[in-house]
Amino acid sequence: MIGRYGVRFAALGYLGLLLGFPVGYVFWRTFRHGFWPAWHAVTTPDALHALKVTLILAGIAVPANTIFGVLAGLAIVRYRFRGAGVFNAVVDLPLALSPVVVGLALLLLYGRGGWLGGHNVVFALPGMVLATMFVSLPFVVREVVPVLREIGTEQEQAASTLGANAWQTFWRVTWPAIRWATAYGVVLTTARALGEFGAVSVVSGRLAGQTESLTLYVQDRYQSFDEVGAYAAAVVLALIAVTTLVLMTALKPKEETR
Amino acid sequence: MIEARSIVKRFGDFTALDDVTVEVAEGSLTALLGPSGSGKSTLLRVIAGLERPDAGNVCLDGVDVTNVPPQQRGVGFVFQHYAAFKHMTVWDNVAFGLTIRRRPRGEVKQRVAELLELVQLSRLAKRYPAQLSGGQRQRMGLARALAVDPKVLLLDEPFGALDARVRKELRVWLRRLHDETHTTTVIVTHDQEEAMDVADNVVVMNGGHIEQIAPPRELYDHPANEFVMSFVGPVNQLGDTFIRPHDVELLLEPNGATQEAMVQRLVHLGFEVRVELVRDDGEVLSAQLTREQVESLELQPGQIVYVRPTRQTVFS
Repeated sequence: MIGRYGVRFAALGYLGLLLGFPVGYVFWRTFRHGFWPAWHAVTTPDALHALKVTLILAGIAVPANTIFGVLAGLAIVRYRFRGAGVFNAVVDLPLALSPVVVGLALLLLYGRGGWLGGHNVVFALPGMVLATMFVSLPFVVREVVPVLREIGTEQEQAASTLGANAWQTFWRVTWPAIRWATAYGVVLTTARALGEFGAVSVVSGRLAGQTESLTLYVQDRYQSFDEVGAYAAAVVLALIAVTTLVLMTALKPKEETR
Repeated sequence: MIEARSIVKRFGDFTALDDVTVEVAEGSLTALLGPSGSGKSTLLRVIAGLERPDAGNVCLDGVDVTNVPPQQRGVGFVFQHYAAFKHMTVWDNVAFGLTIRRRPRGEVKQRVAELLELVQLSRLAKRYPAQLSGGQRQRMGLARALAVDPKVLLLDEPFGALDARVRKELRVWLRRLHDETHTTTVIVTHDQEEAMDVADNVVVMNGGHIEQIAPPRELYDHPANEFVMSFVGPVNQLGDTFIRPHDVELLLEPNGATQEAMVQRLVHLGFEVRVELVRDDGEVLSAQLTREQVESLELQPGQIVYVRPTRQTVFS
C-alpha cells in the first residue's frame, strides 16, 4: 500500500513541480489584477494579429501533416519500396534537429541569394508556414505507423475478397482502425505548431502586427516589460492547447477504451 | 470449378510453388493437405488473388482470372485468425460484402439474418468480435464469406487457432453446411484427420509440389509414395517396408513368418491400445490393437511376442 501511494505521490509531485506549478503561476500572474487588464492585453490589434497568424500557421500545418502522415504511414508499413528505411528515418529528422537549424536552413534556401530566393518566402507568412510544417511533421506518422503494423493486413485482404476496392477498404477498414492514433497525432501536431518558437523566430523577421505569431508576441511583450501582455498571451496559448486535448478526449467514444 | 495450371510462386530465393497444377471439381469439397511450408496456403491465396503467381494461370468456372484483382473474383475467403473487422458488430461484419455492393437495404437485412441463423449467431448480432469466442468468430467469418454468394469458398486453416473440441464440432458443421449449399470449397489444413474427415478429395502437398491427389480412402489405402504414406497416418518404417500399426498382428507363439519383439509400453487410447515394441534387431515399431485383443493376449510390458505384418507396402 505504502509503495503504491509512494509511487503515485512521486509521479504527481514530479508533474506538479515541472508542469502544474509553472503553468499555474502564469495563470496567477495573468489574473493578479483581475480579468479585464488581461482581456485588454490580449485584444490589442497586435495581439489579435499574432493570434490570427498562429491560427493560420496551425490551420495549414496540421491538415497538411495529417494527410501526409497517414499517407506516409501507409507507405512505410504497407508498401515495400526502395529506400523505405531511409524515408522512415528522415521523417524523424524534425524531432532530432534543433528548430533554429531548420529556420536557418529555410533562411539560406529562400533568403536573398539562396537557391530558391526572391519569392517573398522569408520574413513573410509562407516561410513561417514552411517552418511550422517542418517541425510538426513527424507526429501523425509516428502515431499511425505502430497501429498499422499491429492491425496487419488480414482485415484489408478480407475486405478485398469481399469486393471492396482500395478506396472502400481504406475508408471502411483501415481508417476506423487508425483514426484514434491519427487524432492523437493531430493533437501533438497542433501543440507543436502552436508552440513553435525557434524556427519561426528565425524566418519571420518578427515584424509586430505582420509576422509575429503568438509565441513570438509573448517574448516581444516580455522584453518590452509588458508582463500582463506576455502572461495573458501565454494563457491564450495554454487554453488553445487544453481545448484541443479536451475535445479529443470528449469525442473519443467509450467503446474504444475496451 | 477451379483450375490452377503450372503455378509458380517465389518469395525471394524460396520457391513456395514449383509448377503446381490442380483441378477442383464443381460442388466438391477439396482439402489441401501438407506440412507447414509445403505451399498449400500460398496456392489458396493464389486462387483467391491475394498472391500473384510468377507463372501459370488460374481459371474460375472456365474464365481466366489470373490478372483479375481479388475483389472481382467472387471468392469467399476465410482466414485462420478470423480477420474480423474489429470496429464492426457481427451484423455489420456479415453485411460488409452486401453493403459494398450497394444491395437494397431490405435484401441485406434478410440475407444477413438468414446467414446468422445458419451459423447460429443470431443472438450475438450486436456484439463486437472481441466479445466472441474463437469458434464464434470463425463462424462469423464463414457467414461473412458466404454472404456474397461466392463461386468458390476458400478456407485457410480455418480451425487452426481453435481448441480440439471446437475444431471437431466446426468440422462436422462445415461438412453439413457444404452438403446443403454445394459451394465449391477448398480447405487448407496440416491436420490429416481433418482433411480425411471433411473432404471428398485430398491434395497432398510437400515442398511446393503435389505428391498425390485422391479421395481420402484411396489416399490411405494406396499412397503414391513414402511421403504420403507417412503423412496421412501413423506408420512403422522397417528398412524399405512401411507397415501401418493396425496391420501389425501380435502372436504369443512363433509361426515361421513372425519376428520376435518385446512389449515396451502399452498406451491406452480409449477403445484402442497402442503397443510399443522393440524387435530383437533393435528396430522400434508400434501396433494398434483393440482393448479386447490386448486383454485376450494378456499383454504386459516386458513380455515377448511374435510380430506378423498382415499388410505392408514397399515403394520402389
